[in-house]
Amino acid sequence: MNVRLYVWQRATAAVMAPLVVVHIAIIFYASRQGMSAADVLARTRGSIAWAAFYALFVLAVSIHASIGVRNILTEWSPLPERRADACAVFFGLVLAALGLRAVAAVVLP
Amino acid sequence: MAWIIAPNGRARATSDDAANTSECDENADAARLCGRWSHLVKCAKQSQTTAGKKVEMNSELSVSLWRGARHGRYETYRVPQRQSQTVLDVVTFVQRHIDPTLSYRFACRVGVCGSCAMTVNGKPRWTCRTHVAKVAAGGRLEIGPLANLPVIKDLATDMRLFFEKWQQAKGAFVPTKTRHDAIAQIKPDTPARQAADAAIECINCGVCYAACDTVRWNSDYLGPAALTRAWTLVNDARDGGNNARLQAVAGNGGCHACHSHQSCQELCPQALNPTAAIAGLKRRTAMAYLNGEITP
Repeated sequence: MNVRLYVWQRATAAVMAPLVVVHIAIIFYASRQGMSAADVLARTRGSIAWAAFYALFVLAVSIHASIGVRNILTEWSPLPERRADACAVFFGLVLAALGLRAVAAVVLP
Repeated sequence: MAWIIAPNGRARATSDDAANTSECDENADAARLCGRWSHLVKCAKQSQTTAGKKVEMNSELSVSLWRGARHGRYETYRVPQRQSQTVLDVVTFVQRHIDPTLSYRFACRVGVCGSCAMTVNGKPRWTCRTHVAKVAAGGRLEIGPLANLPVIKDLATDMRLFFEKWQQAKGAFVPTKTRHDAIAQIKPDTPARQAADAAIECINCGVCYAACDTVRWNSDYLGPAALTRAWTLVNDARDGGNNARLQAVAGNGGCHACHSHQSCQELCPQALNPTAAIAGLKRRTAMAYLNGEITP
């Protein structure tokens, strides 16, 4: 890992820390209130705040996790560095696409 | 090698046993002169009946030593056990009395030069400062060359890569003054000087390098010793090479490759903390990168 990847990984970790806390608190709240899927969707659909919250979460996770995967590949696999980079970028893009698709499904009206 | 047999037993003997110990010392001198193995073993047993009243010991050690280069094997030797015996004493005994073809490296024998580090029962250690009694469970020792370095022969490793990485990390002091300038006034209680002093006692024995998991799986990684040296100089107010140094340790094999497993600080014979030094470098290089002073 070089200093640029280090800064990105630490920065995304710092972004994720409060988001994870809020995300877990929401899960506890929804389950303790006995909310159904329809109740949840009623609150999230059309909400710019929830869209921004989870879109940011997804992007931070995608960057953070793909850097971690790159480290694993460069340290533990025989892949050359460029190929490990390509694999990590692909992994990050897949994570971001799947995550943003899920966000769109719950916030788009 | 009279010092293997004689001085330790004499120093530890009680006053009641002094006569016996002296007699043993004389016998050891005789054994040294004629090189008789059985005499040495007998002498070792005598000493244990005197000094060994306080410390229970086996009469002999079973010592497995790595023989060969990269492809080799462990060979087992029987070595008389002594009080206050160091692992280096054991290796030296084998070379002087059993197999003179055994290759190993040492110089000062007192923990100053950093030459005699080897793998002792699975952990890298200074052999000159490692007492057999503390590491030889069941009277068994397995001594190999330092890990993560090419083996030249037997217990001697090629340290060139280790020192080359020290240079790659810009471990050399870059002066900012000449001999014509006044001597720099350095206050010892400033945080920067204290950070520099914390790691300045490194003698490059290679124990941390051999203990490091990251070095094992990443051949480009500079290693704890080189990075600790870099951290020392980064905090040295008299040094003028910090930009190049931070640049050198910010790449793929630099400080950010460290996983903070802390084997280096656990096994450092000088009780230094390379992990803390590397963490300092991570912070310093990150700031330098954000300020545009270095590039990845």
